Amino acid sequence: MSIARIRKIAVFVDEIHIEQGRPIDPPTRRACAVAVIENPFAGKFVEDLSDLMQVGEELGGLLGERAVKALGIAPAAVESYGKAALVGENGELEHAAAILHPKLGAPLRKAVEKGAALVPSSKKRGGMGTVLDVPLGHKDAAYVRSHFDGMEVRISDAPRANEILVAVAVTDSGRPLPRVGGLTSDEAKGEDGLR
Amino acid sequence: MPEVKVRKTVTGVEDIFHEGGPPVATPYRRGFIVKVIENPYAGRYVEDIQPFMQDLKPLGMQMAGDLIAAMGVEPSAVEGYGKGAIVGEAGEVEHGALWHAPGGYSMREHVPNSTAIVPSTKKVGGPGARLDVPVTHVAASYVRSHFDAIEVGVEDAPRADEMAVILVMTTGARVHNRAGGLPASDIKGEDGLR
Repeated sequence: MSIARIRKIAVFVDEIHIEQGRPIDPPTRRACAVAVIENPFAGKFVEDLSDLMQVGEELGGLLGERAVKALGIAPAAVESYGKAALVGENGELEHAAAILHPKLGAPLRKAVEKGAALVPSSKKRGGMGTVLDVPLGHKDAAYVRSHFDGMEVRISDAPRANEILVAVAVTDSGRPLPRVGGLTSDEAKGEDGLR
Repeated sequence: MPEVKVRKTVTGVEDIFHEGGPPVATPYRRGFIVKVIENPYAGRYVEDIQPFMQDLKPLGMQMAGDLIAAMGVEPSAVEGYGKGAIVGEAGEVEHGALWHAPGGYSMREHVPNSTAIVPSTKKVGGPGARLDVPVTHVAASYVRSHFDAIEVGVEDAPRADEMAVILVMTTGARVHNRAGGLPASDIKGEDGLR
């Protein structure tokens, strides 16, 4: 039995085949899985947010697995990840924090095998159709510069006032034509999550 | 036959469990696929544009197959469909009209018993423009439970000299459909209408 009261789940995949006229072969690919859930604390102040932390734990696994599956790759082949939440107008930013930060990461890391790096995140409050930009960073070494990116998601009918949209994004690649230097994916050790 | 230049592919699949009413046992699934392609006629008036329609046929076939695969269903499970195009600002809405035949017939090749016309819409718009792509039943356009629309857009497309061509499919009726009309169980599926 699901803890989260899910109204819909959407999975988006985007592939870039050409960037500034140059072929990208294989294409860079990003996937984002999104759940639209009821906010149990909408419209009232509730001190203890542990229910939403449990929801975060459930969605970390569910959305992580869905996004990886949409790319059709082995979990270990995921190169970068990110998470974000968009709270409907009757909720608090703290509700997004309760979902994203305490417990979502561990099951997500299981879905992508490893994931030594902090999962980059963003949060906001907004109405239906609000755009959510999910930040992306290398999953094992946060300083890998080629993998800093973001993926935009948007669902036309969510979040309603008493809902929260929760998003997890993964990629099998960095940006299409990376050339701003810095630590490369090949050089990264992936032990401390940073380099 | 010139190759269609594809810059980007975007797909989306959505499972709807409820919309405030009783949750359904099998979620209503809706999917879209977008290809962002170069518009070979951007920036000038070209009288004979139909050759590009031929070029789009293989792309349409590939998109229809890829969309069904992304939705993870058998072709026979597709019950609704639609198509659309967004033409970048250096093009004409008439360029979007080139998508009617290759977009529509590609889905009808894949989906069995799809006798109904594929509903469509199109417009000229900038990067991030959103298109509400209409959806109707694949075998009988009058089936009221299957009328729907899927909003589709790509944040960085179409650029001025591009077009975004779109296909959408669904696996059934709206999740809490109760507006009456011809039910899918009563259709004859001969004329594409009823």
